[in-house]
Amino acid sequence: MAETSQGTGGLKFDRNKRTWPNEANVFIALILLIGLFELIGHYRVGQSMLFDFNTNRDGTILNMARIRIIILQVSIIGIIALGVTQVIITGGIDLSSGSVVGMTAMIAMSFALTAEVNGNPNGRAIFLSEVDGQMVPTPWLHDLPVMVPILVGLLIGILAGFINGVFIAYTGIPPFIATLGMMVSARGVANWWSEGNPVSFPTDQYTALANGNLLDTLTFGLFSESWAMQEVFDGQNPAVFFILLAILFHFIMKHTIYGKHTYAIGSNEDAARMSGINVNRQKVLVYAIAGMLAGFAAILLTSKNLTAQSGMGLIYELDAIAMAVIGGVSLSGGRGSILGTVLGAMIFGIIISGFTYLRLDAFYQEIVKGMIIVGAVVLDQWRQRRASNR
Amino acid sequence: MANNASGGHLPHDMHPLGPVILKSTALTKHYGGVYALNDANFEIRKGEHVAIMGDNGAGKSTFVRQITAVEQRTSGTIWFDGRDVEFEGPLEARKAGIETVFQTLALADDLDVPDNLFLGREITRWNFLGPFRRLDYKAMRAKTLEGLEKTAVKIPNINNTIRNMSGGQRQCVAIARTATFHSKLTIMDEPTAALGVQETAQVENIIRTLKEAGEPLILISHNMRQVMDLVDRIVVFRRGRIVANLKKEETDGEDVVSYITGARTQPEYEVGAT
Ligand SMILES: Nc1ncnc2c1ncn2[C@@H]1O[C@H](COP(=O)(O)OP(=O)(O)OP(=O)(O)O)[C@@H](O)[C@H]1O
Ligand SMILES: [Mg+2]
Repeated sequence: MAETSQGTGGLKFDRNKRTWPNEANVFIALILLIGLFELIGHYRVGQSMLFDFNTNRDGTILNMARIRIIILQVSIIGIIALGVTQVIITGGIDLSSGSVVGMTAMIAMSFALTAEVNGNPNGRAIFLSEVDGQMVPTPWLHDLPVMVPILVGLLIGILAGFINGVFIAYTGIPPFIATLGMMVSARGVANWWSEGNPVSFPTDQYTALANGNLLDTLTFGLFSESWAMQEVFDGQNPAVFFILLAILFHFIMKHTIYGKHTYAIGSNEDAARMSGINVNRQKVLVYAIAGMLAGFAAILLTSKNLTAQSGMGLIYELDAIAMAVIGGVSLSGGRGSILGTVLGAMIFGIIISGFTYLRLDAFYQEIVKGMIIVGAVVLDQWRQRRASNR
Repeated sequence: MANNASGGHLPHDMHPLGPVILKSTALTKHYGGVYALNDANFEIRKGEHVAIMGDNGAGKSTFVRQITAVEQRTSGTIWFDGRDVEFEGPLEARKAGIETVFQTLALADDLDVPDNLFLGREITRWNFLGPFRRLDYKAMRAKTLEGLEKTAVKIPNINNTIRNMSGGQRQCVAIARTATFHSKLTIMDEPTAALGVQETAQVENIIRTLKEAGEPLILISHNMRQVMDLVDRIVVFRRGRIVANLKKEETDGEDVVSYITGARTQPEYEVGAT
């Protein structure tokens, strides 16, 4: 076999002339976008978006304050997008994740509350029982170990995804319809759970989930004094979780049977079936994992906000889908990656906070968000046509 | 039934081509009102290569899909390798030892060559992790190169996705997939339909290798020369029915064509055939 060949039959293949991975294009788009915002910002508001050359406030030339906000903004929805990415790779879609966040937020938070707030009974508690003729928070359902609300949240998410998956795999209804049903029903559950009232005042442990310093804990406080630990990671747990989960699922999608079968189903479902892949079981698994990630996002969101409201997660599903599609995940399935979605999430974050930075009204933000979502899908269609024209 | 394919032998008796490996009895498949396959009695012996011929829509692929359990048959029985079988799906059929090149190729376009070769039977490590067990890319890649080398297929970069390959290369990948794994029965549904002269010759060589190794093959093909060159016996399908079962040395191209077109039907298949 010739040096240049890594195939068979002796046809020439030049390693150096391989086509770029799609993620490289997304990365370039990210850089260009940042450049564009910096340029417009330079003339419009007279300061940089991501850099801070003057004050040297955080010990870097970066504007850490803004970067932290951007990362925090995208990481919770980014976690949802990790699951949505897998669903889209199977050729499906999940419209329910935003509502599942709302439902999970309400239910998980109900198990995360303290019985007393400043010496008074917690007025935002859900589980009440009568003691001496008075309704007070049920003692054994409050001040629970933090694992309880976490498990409840993950299980609710898994259950919602499992139901999605079972309907899609075994009744053959389109994913669009099945998850649309879940979207409506889960929001219904969220509203019904406390009749629209917020659920608030979680335990310190629960609060620490999103607001503590996970990396510091994980490294046993060895690096507590370091700049990174104090300036970058403190209070950034959602981002830390996002990155850790992204690394985990990147590995899973690229290097495990689960990932390979997910791609195979999106590529050619019949081929996958004929090759002996249990397509139905795999789909259920994928939707359940997407549900679990939405549930986990709800836990972080409520922990961050110290309260759960039934409207939480509204249209997060579209943001998550947009992140994935911007990152090169094809809506027709089979193509895309976790890395792409992470880059897509960053682009999404830059655009959204870029508007704030340019001091444009929040209304514009929403208008543009809608355009990004549609634009990303148009881009996907265009990419597909180009791929099939090659 | 009198029309036992090779002349009324029981599955376990002596025969120059060895014992029967696969036998279908009254195999029938309806799609709604479409009678795609009717009452098919077919058998093949261990050392035998059998061609199935017939016009488009005659039911050849339908027959394959019932044998390999890609679909569930309407009625009839399938006997394979010593027992009546009720495969739940293609994986079970493959585990039992039936390797198939489907007419639709059954390749995943967005995956590369090793991925496709090993789709559904990946080599893995960390097997305690269940569905999250780790793929052994290195081993699969090595075995892929080995397998392709054997078939002399030209593929410049096996890490390319199937999407970017020519029709012939795709077909080669599908064939290499069955040739790489040892099986008790190989089925190829129009394996050379999209291939050039050289590639066709290569596939025919693979088939000859199978014959020498004494491995049975069901070959579906419209190519009369190929069929006459390669197989021991020709079974003709017409409108969902078997209409002829011809030993190669007792027939010729013209004869076969007359069965395909409906000019003739063997007497024992007269019932219901049109
Ligand atoms: N899923 C299905 N639903 C309905 N009808 C079908 C289905 N699959 C096949 N058929 C019909 O069954 C008949 C036999 O089809 P089959 O694919 O077995 O033909 P074939 O002999 O393989 O033809 P070809 O040489 O073109 O491959 C055709 O009339 C076809 O239209
Ligand atoms: Mg066919």
